[in-house]
Amino acid sequence: MNEQTPDTNSNTAADTAAIHLVDVNKWYGDFQALIDINLSVKQGERVVVCGPSGSGKSTMIRCINRLEHHQRGQIIVDGIELTDNLKNIEAVRSEVGMVFQSFNLFPHMRVIDNLTLAPMLVRKMPKAEAEALAMGYLERVQIPEQAYKYPGQLSGGQQQRVAIARSLCMQPRIMLFDEPTSALDPEMIKEVLDVMVELAKEGMTMIVVTHEMGFAKTVADTMVFMDQAEIVEIATPDIFFTKPKNERTQLFLDQILTH
Amino acid sequence: MSDISKPEDQARTGGSFLYNQGFRSIAYQVLLGGVLAYLAWTLYANVNANLERQGIATGWDFLNTSSGFDIGESVIEYSAADTYGKALLAGILNTIRVALFGIFFATILGVFMGIARVSKNWLLSTLASWYVEICRNVPVVLHVIFWGTVIHLLPSPRKAMVPFEGAFIMNRGVVMPFPVYDPAYPWVGAAFVAAILGVVFLNKWAQRRREQTGQYISTLWAGLGILIGLPAAVWIAFGAPLVWDVPALRGFNFQGGLQLSPEFVALLIGITVYTAAFIAEIVRSGIQSVPSGQIEAARAVGLRPSFIMRYVTMPQALRVIIPPTASQYLSLTKNSSLGVLIGYPDLVNIGNTTLNQTGQAVEAIAIMMVVYLAISIVISTFMNVYNRLVAIKER
Repeated sequence: MNEQTPDTNSNTAADTAAIHLVDVNKWYGDFQALIDINLSVKQGERVVVCGPSGSGKSTMIRCINRLEHHQRGQIIVDGIELTDNLKNIEAVRSEVGMVFQSFNLFPHMRVIDNLTLAPMLVRKMPKAEAEALAMGYLERVQIPEQAYKYPGQLSGGQQQRVAIARSLCMQPRIMLFDEPTSALDPEMIKEVLDVMVELAKEGMTMIVVTHEMGFAKTVADTMVFMDQAEIVEIATPDIFFTKPKNERTQLFLDQILTH
Repeated sequence: MSDISKPEDQARTGGSFLYNQGFRSIAYQVLLGGVLAYLAWTLYANVNANLERQGIATGWDFLNTSSGFDIGESVIEYSAADTYGKALLAGILNTIRVALFGIFFATILGVFMGIARVSKNWLLSTLASWYVEICRNVPVVLHVIFWGTVIHLLPSPRKAMVPFEGAFIMNRGVVMPFPVYDPAYPWVGAAFVAAILGVVFLNKWAQRRREQTGQYISTLWAGLGILIGLPAAVWIAFGAPLVWDVPALRGFNFQGGLQLSPEFVALLIGITVYTAAFIAEIVRSGIQSVPSGQIEAARAVGLRPSFIMRYVTMPQALRVIIPPTASQYLSLTKNSSLGVLIGYPDLVNIGNTTLNQTGQAVEAIAIMMVVYLAISIVISTFMNVYNRLVAIKER
C-alpha cells in the first residue's frame, strides 16, 4: 500500500495496482460524500477500512463496482476505467465480488440457484458445471448440506456465508465487503470472519469495511481510516493501532477499543 | 398464599361452564346462526306476503314469453319476437364481451403505466403519474358518462374521422374493415393454438440446452416465426382466402365491416382507463416492494438489467401484484353494469327492462345477482390458479 497523491501518481502505479482511485469526488445533491479520495490497492493486498458511520466508507467501496457513480476523479479496476461505458461496468462487475451487510440473497431461489444464477447467465456456464462449482464453494464456506434449502431457512451467519460463496462463484479477482458482520448476532460473527480469514490466506485482493478490529489486526496489510468523507489516515496495522499520526484516528480508536 | 393450590384458584374465579372457553365459542356461533335464520325467514315471509297482496305471481314462466323489445347490439341473433330468456342471454353475453375486452386492455395499459411510473425517464414517469392521479381520483361513473358524452360530440357519419383507409370514427361509433368468414379460418385458428404450444416447447428446449451447454439461445425470433408462420402456412394451403368486408356509407349510416357501437366504445374506454390506473399503481407498488438490495446484489454479480428484471425483480413483484389485480378484474366486470347509464345493453340494462315489463322484480334481480356472482367466481378461480402457478417458494 502506498499512499498516492495526485502529483506522484504515475501510469506505472496504475498498471500494477488492482484498484486505483485518483482524486475521487462524489456528491449527493449538495452533500459531498467523498472528498479527494486517493487509494491504491495492489494485487493480493488486504485493506481494512474503518471510521465513524456516515464517513463515506460504504460509498467509497460501492463506487468501486459502480453501484454508485463518482462525479469527479478516476477509478481504475484491473486496468479498466469506470465510466458511463456499460461494457466497462459489466467487465469490472464480473471481476469484483461484493458482500453486503444485509446479505441480499434472492429469497425465491434455493441456495444452489442463488449461486449458479450468475455463472450460468453471465459466464454462460452449463448447469452441471455451475452446480459443481457452487458445491465446491459451499464446501469452502462449510455449508454444503444447506444447498437445497431456501435462504429464509438459514441462520444469519449461514446466509452471509452463502452470500460470500455466491460472490466467489463468479471467480472474482477482488472482493469487497461492506460491513459483512454488522447485521449478525455475536455468536455468528466468528463463522463469517473465519471464512474471510481463509480467503485472505489464499491471497484474494480484499477491501473490507468493518469495525471488527481483531479481524483487522489478523488479516490487514493496510488500515484506512475515513472521517467526514475523507481518507484521514493510511497505515500498516502495527502503526495504525499503536501510534496513529492523526488525532481523529486516535479518538476513534479510543472510542471503539475501550470495551 | 403459597399454601393455596392451583385447582382452588380456579374454583375461586368460578368453575361454572359459562366461563369455559369452548362452551362460549360454540354458544356465540349458535346465537349468530339463530339470528341469521330468523332474519332470513322474516325476509322470505315478508316478501311472500307483499307479493300476494299485490297479486304478483312468482315463478320463472316469463322467461319463455316474448319480450317485445329490441336490443341495440347483440352477439347472438335476437329480435323483439324472441323470449325474455334470450334477451337476458344477449345481455349476459354483452356484459362478458365488454368485461373481457376491458380486462385485456386495462392489463396492457396498466402494466405499461405502472412500469412507466418507476422509469428513470422523467417525462414518461411524470406523464404516467398524472394519468394515474387523474384517472383513479375521478369516480368511474363520471368516466363512463364522460366518454359517452365525448363520443356523441364526434362528427356525423358523413364527416367521420378516418384514422386509416376503411376505418371511421364518428358519433355512431367505430367501424372498420373485417375479413369475411371463410371455412379456412377455424383451421388457421387451430394452427395458431398449435403454434403457441410449439413456442412453449421451443422455450423448454432452449432452457434445457442452456443448462447443458451454457449457451443462451434467444427464442424471440424463432418463436415469432412459428407464431406467425404456422397459421400463415395453413392459410396459404387453403388458397389464402381473404375478402375484406369494407364498411360503406349508405344513406345516413355505415353498412358492413366490424361495427362497434358508441355505447360499447364509450363504456369500454371508461372502465378500461379507470381500472388501468389502479392496475398501474399495483404494478408500481409490486416492483417497488422488491428491496433495492436485491437489485444491487444482482448488479454486483454482473447481471444485465433485463436478466435482473426477469429472474430477480419480477418473480418477487408478481406475488404482490396478482391478488389485488384479480380484485381489479372483478371490479371492472361489475363496473361494466354502469353501461346502463349510457344505454349499453348489458345484463343490468336488459334485466331492468325485463323487470319493468314483467314486474318479476325478485326473479330479475336474482338472475342478475347470480350471473355476476358466477362470472366473478370464474374470474377469481382463474386468477387463483394463475397465482398458484407463479407463486414463489421461500421455505
